[in-house]
Amino acid sequence: MIRRVPMLLSELPRRVAACVESVLDVRADDGIGRRLRELGFVAGEPVRVVSIGPFGGDPFVIEVGNTRFALRRSEAARIRVRATATAPP
Amino acid sequence: MNAASLDIPLRIALVGNPNCGKTALFNLLTGSRQKVANYAGVTVERKEGRLVTPGGRHVQVLDLPGAYSLVATSPDEAITRDLCLGNFAGEALPDLMVCVVDATNLRLHLRFVLELKRLGRPMVVALNMVDVARRRGIVIDRAALESELGVPLIETVAVRRHGAADLLARLDAVAPSDAGAVVATEAGAASDESLHAEVRALMQAAVSMPRGTHAMDDRIDRVVLHPVLGLAILSALMFLMFQAVFAWAAPRMVGIEAGIGALGSLFSTWLPEGILRSLLVDGLVAGVGSVLVFLPQILILFLFILALEESGYLPRAAFLLDRLMVGAGMSGRSFIPLLSSFACAIPGIMAARTISDPRDRLVTILVAPLMTCSARLPVYALLIGAFIPQRTVWGVFNLQGVTLFALYVAGILSALGVAYAMKWLRRDRTREHALMMELPSYRVPHPRDLAIGLYERGMIFLKRVGGVILVMTVLLWALSSFPAPPEGFAGAPIHYSLAGRIGQFLQPLFAPIGFNWEISIALVPGMAAREVVVGALATVYALSATDADAALQLAPVIAAQWSMATAFSLLAWFVFAPQCLSTLATIKRETNSWRVTLGATAYLFALAYLASFITYRIALALA
Repeated sequence: MIRRVPMLLSELPRRVAACVESVLDVRADDGIGRRLRELGFVAGEPVRVVSIGPFGGDPFVIEVGNTRFALRRSEAARIRVRATATAPP
Repeated sequence: MNAASLDIPLRIALVGNPNCGKTALFNLLTGSRQKVANYAGVTVERKEGRLVTPGGRHVQVLDLPGAYSLVATSPDEAITRDLCLGNFAGEALPDLMVCVVDATNLRLHLRFVLELKRLGRPMVVALNMVDVARRRGIVIDRAALESELGVPLIETVAVRRHGAADLLARLDAVAPSDAGAVVATEAGAASDESLHAEVRALMQAAVSMPRGTHAMDDRIDRVVLHPVLGLAILSALMFLMFQAVFAWAAPRMVGIEAGIGALGSLFSTWLPEGILRSLLVDGLVAGVGSVLVFLPQILILFLFILALEESGYLPRAAFLLDRLMVGAGMSGRSFIPLLSSFACAIPGIMAARTISDPRDRLVTILVAPLMTCSARLPVYALLIGAFIPQRTVWGVFNLQGVTLFALYVAGILSALGVAYAMKWLRRDRTREHALMMELPSYRVPHPRDLAIGLYERGMIFLKRVGGVILVMTVLLWALSSFPAPPEGFAGAPIHYSLAGRIGQFLQPLFAPIGFNWEISIALVPGMAAREVVVGALATVYALSATDADAALQLAPVIAAQWSMATAFSLLAWFVFAPQCLSTLATIKRETNSWRVTLGATAYLFALAYLASFITYRIALALA
């Protein structure tokens, strides 16, 4: 059972459908936070973890909308998401 | 339209997100009428081309670097921002911005269109890859999107002949008075929330699209990004690449060498013995040869790298290896350039362009010369053949093979060490290294894009790098030939020349690492390329041998005259020493910085000296 509470994208299990809640800036004028929003990580966008890197569980392949991005753990950990479904395909 | 307006070329700029098919469209529009250079003062590639519309209008097309946003996070994006805002000194504002979007990825790309629209400059939107979008069941109401967007919207298919016909027709219709006219500006910069809300509204009004990414991409990614299968596929691809370099390039390299040799002997028979003949044969022809001989390897490696990039595989490979490379102070993108450097550092350093982060790119360029390139093999073969006995060790291994393997490992380990040291020295906690790398849809590379890319790389090498190498080779020839020895001089003429004197002058410097004066002299002309040292040593030992069997005749001579410690010391020297002008010229060209080039030269020589010193002393102590 997947918790339907907000969690960080870096904690989301693979292939579980979720929705972006917000992107957290880790400092004032956080360039990475801003870029993530520009890339489409904005509230309400569907998001899921497609794949996790073979070495040390980093980086992640994230699908947001219909685009895929490779994000490092520290980048994925800026994104708060909420799982929307419980059954990965 | 009057005649005068036809004479003044219309200047347009292609702007768009990375992976929107902008460069393919640029190639379709301009074909071979392209000019590649760098923007003033930076190492960002500037691509400009020309075209003539069906209506006879001359158009200058600038292909701006791909950008996600006007808030730049890389040197490439800063160029695009400055050009779009008219802030780049020496570059005029374009008369018309052609904003290219991928019809299959509108949700991401429309955001940048809206950002550009707010600049209030004349623009049209090229809705690219409409054919792929249609096949994937994406339905776009062009008229509705155009009216909602308030910007002319033109469908293009960059991979099809005539795929830009509508765009060309549009360029004919742009009235000269339009050019330079500023349309109404929407005041103030919009927040991301409101831009995304606008994109969502546009998508709702004009686009119906199946959910999620393309099913085919998903199927391929399940295999390619798999922790085990993905790494297996990557290894297989890299193995194939190396096979290709050695199976396809090697015969052509032999052919080029034979051709150069034939040209040399042709001059030798035509011209009387003397300075002119020596200049042509030993200087110019040999110099041209040392440039051309690398070309097959460079082109084959670049064909692979371009195909991997165009197909969308390269970012996936970078994803798989990112964690490993980060540990060493680089990024996943560094892997392919470093791997290419095992064949030759030149394509490796040039391929570092695919690394978006400037610091990761610099570190990759600086350690690429440490990878054991194929030009080191003749030197290693000579020394190993002369000093390491053919003996079986640990039951199965050949001692000579083990030595060669150890030299490769030494190169890799020192590259990791240097990269790690640079990471540690230049650590900067305020700036985080971002990856945030898009994995674009897979596509079959278009032959035209591969051909143009390959042609560009080949020309950069021949013109920019080749020129320097040629000048330096002639200079080294002059150093080795002048002044000529007097009548009755005992010993090789090179001994009397400037190169010989430089070698003797350097000899006290090289004595602590066990190099005799013969080696010291050979290292001077050997600056041209590593393998030249073999021929230079033959010259110093006054062996009247042609290059082909120089090593055969040389091996017993050096085996008799050098100590084991000296041989090991020279091997260690060649693991590090930047005895390759082509590599140094490429570093200069790719970083556009003398400081970096001299820094790289200095650190590599310093490491070489240190490694040789330690090797020599240990070998002496053990002997």
